[in-house]
Amino acid sequence: MAWRAAVSLRSPLGRVLGAGSARAGTAHWWAQRVSAVALIPLTLWFFWSLLLLPTLDYATVRTWLSVPLSALLAVLLVAVTAYHSYLGTNVVVEDYVHAHSAKLFLAVLLRFLYVLCAGAGIFAILRIAFLP
Amino acid sequence: MSARPRPLSPHLGVYRWQIGNTLSILHRITGVGLGVGLLALSYWLISLAGGEETYRTAARLFASPVGLVCLFGWTFSFLFHLFNGLRHLCWDVGVGFERTQRHASGWIAVFAAVCATLAAWALLWHGGRL
Repeated sequence: MAWRAAVSLRSPLGRVLGAGSARAGTAHWWAQRVSAVALIPLTLWFFWSLLLLPTLDYATVRTWLSVPLSALLAVLLVAVTAYHSYLGTNVVVEDYVHAHSAKLFLAVLLRFLYVLCAGAGIFAILRIAFLP
Repeated sequence: MSARPRPLSPHLGVYRWQIGNTLSILHRITGVGLGVGLLALSYWLISLAGGEETYRTAARLFASPVGLVCLFGWTFSFLFHLFNGLRHLCWDVGVGFERTQRHASGWIAVFAAVCATLAAWALLWHGGRL
């Protein structure tokens, strides 16, 4: 867009602060990084916990997830994973789906799917935690 | 008024496969795979909340050949995405940009992911939980 920027009345600083036509700027990039950092301990905790459980049968897993700390971390895991994954797959759709209508449709569909998936997972954890 | 033709970036096919671009696309592929894994995680949690019968159905599904292949794939995808993600976070703070560092950290990420995947499954198998 160099030829267009040359005739723009906006200052270079204004363009940077205004963060382009979408006004989104680095928000998406930053959110992806922050959620990634949060997921390091959360995913490692989940992975390690499952590996350390003596068995993976119903009673054992349910008892483990009924502990308040496990339930809290599991809720955070599902929520942050869904958020991070939504941000990532959204970029994949933006990059590889070229037809505008298909892009819009997929972006909205993904958003609904992630909210549904995370909502159902978190609801399940809370049910286990509060109705042991 | 028609816009002047925009410059096109070279098509993907002209790039030689190297460790850098291979791991970059693998990061995306494993990321999308883990997104599907989130569906499986939610299903597993719902089955656990549903009671012993629904949990056993889910456990049987995960223990089927297709289920085991998926779980193995998700294990590798998680560990690779984690290790390669750490590389990306290092780059974001400006560490490890040199060519030799990039290549070394890339191979380390692959090696660590493969080793950790095998170790995790060995632990599961050793504990008789498969």
